Amino acid sequence: MLNTLLLAGVSSVLATLLGFALGLLRLSANRLAALAALAYVEIVRNVPLLLQLFFWYFAVLGTLPLPRRSLAVFGFAYLNRRGLYLAAPQAAPSFGAFAAALVLGIACWYFLARAGRRRRVESGRASALGWGGAVLALLLPGLVALVAGAPIAWDRPRLAGFNFSGGIVVIPEFVAMAIGMSIFGAAFIAELVRGGVLSVPRGQAEAGLSLGLSRWRVYRQIVLPQALRAILPPLVSQYILILKNSSLGAAIAYPDLMLIFAGTVLNQTGQPLEIMAITMATYLALCLGIAVLGNALNRRVQLVER
Amino acid sequence: MARLRSFLWSCVSTPLNALLSLALVAWLAIALPGFVRWAVIDAVWRGGSGQACAGAVGACWPYIGLRASQILFGLYPAGEHWRAVLAGALGLAGVLVLLLPWLRRKLAVAAALLLLYPPVAALLLRGGVLGLASVPTREWGGLLLTLVVAATAIVSAIPLGLLLALGRRSAMPVVAALSAGYIDLVRGLPLVGVLFLAVVLLPLFLPPGLQVDNLVCALVAFGLFNAATLAEVFRGGLQSVPRHQYESATALGLSHGRALVAIVIPQAVTAALPGIVNVCVEIVKETTLILIIGLSDLLGVLQSGVTDPSWLVSDEVRRTAYFFGGLVFWTLCFGLSRYSASIERRLGAGRRG
Repeated sequence: MLNTLLLAGVSSVLATLLGFALGLLRLSANRLAALAALAYVEIVRNVPLLLQLFFWYFAVLGTLPLPRRSLAVFGFAYLNRRGLYLAAPQAAPSFGAFAAALVLGIACWYFLARAGRRRRVESGRASALGWGGAVLALLLPGLVALVAGAPIAWDRPRLAGFNFSGGIVVIPEFVAMAIGMSIFGAAFIAELVRGGVLSVPRGQAEAGLSLGLSRWRVYRQIVLPQALRAILPPLVSQYILILKNSSLGAAIAYPDLMLIFAGTVLNQTGQPLEIMAITMATYLALCLGIAVLGNALNRRVQLVER
Repeated sequence: MARLRSFLWSCVSTPLNALLSLALVAWLAIALPGFVRWAVIDAVWRGGSGQACAGAVGACWPYIGLRASQILFGLYPAGEHWRAVLAGALGLAGVLVLLLPWLRRKLAVAAALLLLYPPVAALLLRGGVLGLASVPTREWGGLLLTLVVAATAIVSAIPLGLLLALGRRSAMPVVAALSAGYIDLVRGLPLVGVLFLAVVLLPLFLPPGLQVDNLVCALVAFGLFNAATLAEVFRGGLQSVPRHQYESATALGLSHGRALVAIVIPQAVTAALPGIVNVCVEIVKETTLILIIGLSDLLGVLQSGVTDPSWLVSDEVRRTAYFFGGLVFWTLCFGLSRYSASIERRLGAGRRG
């Protein structure tokens, strides 16, 4: 189940980032960029997800080189047929002090930002307290790191014989599924971001522009917060869809919830009714959990009406 | 000319835009010739067997050409292909009849066709009676299987979904609770799960000795799963019909049932039509999942052919297979979604005008 949650979480985050970027690109004044985003969305949405996953798993990751000739990224990550090998962070002796300094810095930043915002609201003039807090949050841990030494030691993967040792291994199935599901989910999220932004009345943006705000500020402070109200419910159901799509890992032998329960455990215990009931209950619980969280977030963002 | 000018101006109107356009044009300049080289110039166009593609650097089109009958029909016997083609042609003719502009009472005609076509098509495809050779369902495959599963899923899920949506809104508490419970339960499950559920549990619920083949399990699973999805679409459509429509109908003396059938449901279906076509597009894409329970639809045939020893000669075979599969699915789904957009436009014009 942890595999499923990890995959769904990583895919959701990547899909959201890519989807928001694509959605905003789709609305851009640059018609070439809008056309490119439209082509992406239309192509990705109309090809079955399983075909895309096969493409990424077999046609892309299957043709990666053997470990001896891996694609290296600055010596920290190696990509080859056996998977993605990443350097594993390990806590050095000074990690405790560093973490404490970081927490202290962030807490100071939060309180300073609040004070700065209050000062700005009361006086009408911009206050630099928030920026001071950010600088503090960077300086404190930085000083600790300078004094006590680097807080993190990297365990780099090393080529030993036929394979790599050390570091973290991300299996190719996970990489393929994460890429495939993120790209697929991003297309859908782009469309609902576009719908959300278009649902904000044009007068809002025009009023902002006529007040002299730059296009960027109009977007960030006027349009997007209101668009978020329309975006959030379908976005939550998109996350549930990503969770359910992770069950497709059964087709490329990714050890997720569906394959383990309905495949391995079913074969080993031979009690289909109980196993299927457990699997269904787990999926339902996960989906319900996401829906509840989404509803709570939704209520905070919705319009307060009579 | 002015449109071209405004297009080009929009590409460079701000420095960020200019950079973006430059990056896109550069990427196109690299990717497009590469793609044309892969698909056309370096591609292998002629060949009698797998060896023709050994060492190829471009697409391997003989893979599609030589295996065309398998890609279209699966393991369906060659001498019986005409039956599959006939069944498909009848289905297409039925759809075209519904699209005739001068035809009245479309709903009644549609219902009649829906009742007549499935048994006729099943008879044609399955055979075993009337002198037709029997073709067991495990020999069906390829595009034939994709279309059979998609069409059956759509045709079975729509009425079931409508019934569920009506049940959810019903005044009878038990019916409403059961419908709502079913919809929320099935919508929380992945389709792969429902497929496994059907394959594992269906044989347990049927009398022993009755062999249920995988295709029937898959069709049941698809029908039940998509009924829940469509129920939500219909629910939206039903909610969009103003309550006074139903109240006026009952005030005029129509019974509850007739008020629903004659007044509310047609309006609800019209409002929900774009959503229904969207779900149909999803169903076409979901048919690829029957790969997981051992049936070979279009994707399955393409995928399994790649591991055939005589074709294990180059990576390009696999890429060609996926490209071709993607192209077929994309044409189907894009066509359907364009149709949905045109329906939306036509309906929207009526309402806004």
